[in-house]
Amino acid sequence: MTDFLLLAFVFLVAGIVAVPIATRLGLGSVLGYLIAGIVISPLLAALGVDVISIQHFAEFGVVMMLFLVGLELEPRMLWEMRAKLLGLGGLQVAGTTALVMGVAMILGQPWTIALAIGMVLALSSTAIVLQTLNEKGLMRSDGGQSSFSVLLFQDIAVIPMLAFIPLLAMPELMDIAHSGVEAGGHGGDAHADDSHGHDDHGSGLSLVEGLSGWQTALVTVGAIAAVILGGAYLTRPLFRFIAMAGLRELFVAAALFFVIGIALLMSLVGLSPALGTFLAGVVLANSEYRHELESDIDPFRGLLLGLFFITVGAGIDFGLLFENIGSILVLTIGLIALKVAVLLVLGTIFGIRGEDRWLFCLGLAQAGEFGFVLLSFTVANQVIPQSIADQLLLVVALSMLLTPALFILYEKVIAPRFAQEQKREADEIDEDGDIIIAGHGRFGGVVNRMLRAAGYSTTVLDYSASHLEALRKFGFKIFYGDVTRPDLLHAAGIEKASLLIVAIDGKEAINELVHYVRKNYPHVPIIARAVDRHHVYDLYAAGCRDIIRETFDSSVRTGRTAYEAMGMHPFDAELLARKFSEDDRYILREMAEVHDPEIPSHQNAAYVEKSRTLMAERDAQIYGKGQAFAARNDQGWLPPTSKDVTSLKADHKKSSES
Amino acid sequence: MSRLIVYYAHPGQRFSRANRAMKKAAQGVDDITLVDLYHEYPRHDIDVDREQQRLIDHDVILFQFPLFWYSTPSILKEWQDLVLQHGFAYGHEGNHLAGKTMMLAITAGGSDEAYTQKGYQHYPLRTFLVPLEQTARLCKMSFTAPYVLYSALTAEEESEIARHTDGYVKLLTAIRDGQYDFSAAEDREIVTVDDLPILQGA
Repeated sequence: MTDFLLLAFVFLVAGIVAVPIATRLGLGSVLGYLIAGIVISPLLAALGVDVISIQHFAEFGVVMMLFLVGLELEPRMLWEMRAKLLGLGGLQVAGTTALVMGVAMILGQPWTIALAIGMVLALSSTAIVLQTLNEKGLMRSDGGQSSFSVLLFQDIAVIPMLAFIPLLAMPELMDIAHSGVEAGGHGGDAHADDSHGHDDHGSGLSLVEGLSGWQTALVTVGAIAAVILGGAYLTRPLFRFIAMAGLRELFVAAALFFVIGIALLMSLVGLSPALGTFLAGVVLANSEYRHELESDIDPFRGLLLGLFFITVGAGIDFGLLFENIGSILVLTIGLIALKVAVLLVLGTIFGIRGEDRWLFCLGLAQAGEFGFVLLSFTVANQVIPQSIADQLLLVVALSMLLTPALFILYEKVIAPRFAQEQKREADEIDEDGDIIIAGHGRFGGVVNRMLRAAGYSTTVLDYSASHLEALRKFGFKIFYGDVTRPDLLHAAGIEKASLLIVAIDGKEAINELVHYVRKNYPHVPIIARAVDRHHVYDLYAAGCRDIIRETFDSSVRTGRTAYEAMGMHPFDAELLARKFSEDDRYILREMAEVHDPEIPSHQNAAYVEKSRTLMAERDAQIYGKGQAFAARNDQGWLPPTSKDVTSLKADHKKSSES
Repeated sequence: MSRLIVYYAHPGQRFSRANRAMKKAAQGVDDITLVDLYHEYPRHDIDVDREQQRLIDHDVILFQFPLFWYSTPSILKEWQDLVLQHGFAYGHEGNHLAGKTMMLAITAGGSDEAYTQKGYQHYPLRTFLVPLEQTARLCKMSFTAPYVLYSALTAEEESEIARHTDGYVKLLTAIRDGQYDFSAAEDREIVTVDDLPILQGA
């Protein structure tokens, strides 16, 4: 227990100290974690911690990240990406593998080892790249989308690679190669050997072991179908059932259960868990529970990825590195240059322009975490000798360590050069900018229908699962969750929202929401529902200016209908009702100006004074001039009198005589 | 026999004497359609389809209103803007109103003398009605001389308004029964209670 706590404490302290500093310096969180890992690596070594096995555990963060990426990606969008996914991704993997293989053969490796090395190094780091792109808000840009396509293809490509690598095993070659580079490395033997047992893909349990080819295929297809169908049809009743309990932590547990369950199923049939959860995410992208799932899983993803990056930093074997500093640096820089070259060619072919092409090239230039996985797998299958694997491990880690530097290069040097172009294109990047409607009851529902009818896209958040279910049937796009929770608002895209409409019940909840958004996202305009007069004052004090009393308009209409029922001409009734609302709003605004939420009304001198003057004004109107209120209302329609006509005539006579 | 529709427009009818009396009297005429525009559309939300159907269903369209700023009350302008649509009322396929008749029944504050070149209104009354007259022409309708009450504000004696109102009932009845002499009205600037061209035997 103490060991575990100590370990957790060390990791947490490292992250908490290093990441804010790195972010402050503009280096990004990834580099912060990596540095934290490097700093604590001696300590971990002293404690005898198996960094690599922690790393395999932390890789689950990648699985969660892909689930979240999937949630953001509707099936339609995925289908639209297919050309990029297969073309860009396929060519990147094939091209880089071939080139790296060529270089390795020139350096004297037999072709089997060279090919394996090519595959290991062709993959990029989904964790670093997606994390960085999200952090910098570049995910939706053309470069970001292209990068994502390639990363997704790589994640899928890992599966056939894992199937293919054992076929390359030629022990006799291993020996030759081994003797050739024996002088190279001793240090890292501990690494790969004991790690393959834990890795994602070589799991001990398997559903497909011992099955023939077609049976395996059948089970695999069945598992994928189970994920897709289960995601589409079972999740909704399940989440609704859980939502009925009304306990937040149950929902978190269910979300975790969901992701872990899919990952488990996928590894049992020998598929990539990341791919499985990604698919599940895509299936759920249209679900009303999407934002809730996002906000539940996100903290886990963040922590696990942080842990993963720390382990990458901590896993660097400095002993071995310094022994071979020259060759490893050359290899790493060579690898980055080679990957950039391949990506540049592809970027040009696929018409990625300007700064986006550079983002794409520099972002994907590193080797990735799947490289670690493949390396341990190749060693276990006797494809690549241990000594080479150790050096490659350093190359992979070093290239990952250099990635934040490449992003900084992009941000500080390349992007500014294209800054002008960016200005022109800024409009189309902005896919968000939805109107967020908080609460979809009788009130918010009408607002939503009006906005949709006018062609605006809305994101609706509501806390009633059964209510949602009914509305889903009518084809509304509504998400489940408690809007007063900042993380849910964030997941719903409050940052980029063009408008927030507060249509939830309950004074306190409304106030809380308005205060939070005014404070943290002052650029988002708010239209808020007020329960009563005093609530209007509260919201006014909170800085909200578009305040709608929930029953005011219907009361005025009722009053107007009563006028009509009493025989008043409908147009007179309309004018009178208009005048009444105008007066009432005027008084409300005047009172709101002097109202102070900190002081009770009767102790607020300005408030009391104001209400006295307004009362006096009204009294003067009502009692002073008799029917003044009505008369004022008819200003425009009062006809001239015969006196006016006489004076007109006289004027005319004068002017025509002169 | 003509199918007659009367469109009545007065935003301040609580202050109206002549128009209110006329409208009340018109309500007593059977088998004509009477529409109080401000009553039906207090928020100016005119139902275009319904109005166009009404026009199709009638032969004589009569607008009753007080002259406001030498024009119609605002709702009647809104009504024209929306209902007299291109393709319905005018334009090369807009023939729905062709052959129908437009008539006005208006009250004016000024006297008949005022509406002369020498009077304080400087122009004859018909000059102010040119937009409506031309609107009728563009819609292929004929525009017949308006039924006018001058000095509506100074018509202090209730009897003047009563006479005008009686004449109004006669006018509406005659149009309804096909007894109104539209060809005789053609030569006239305006018609009044004293010289209604009604065919004998009505």
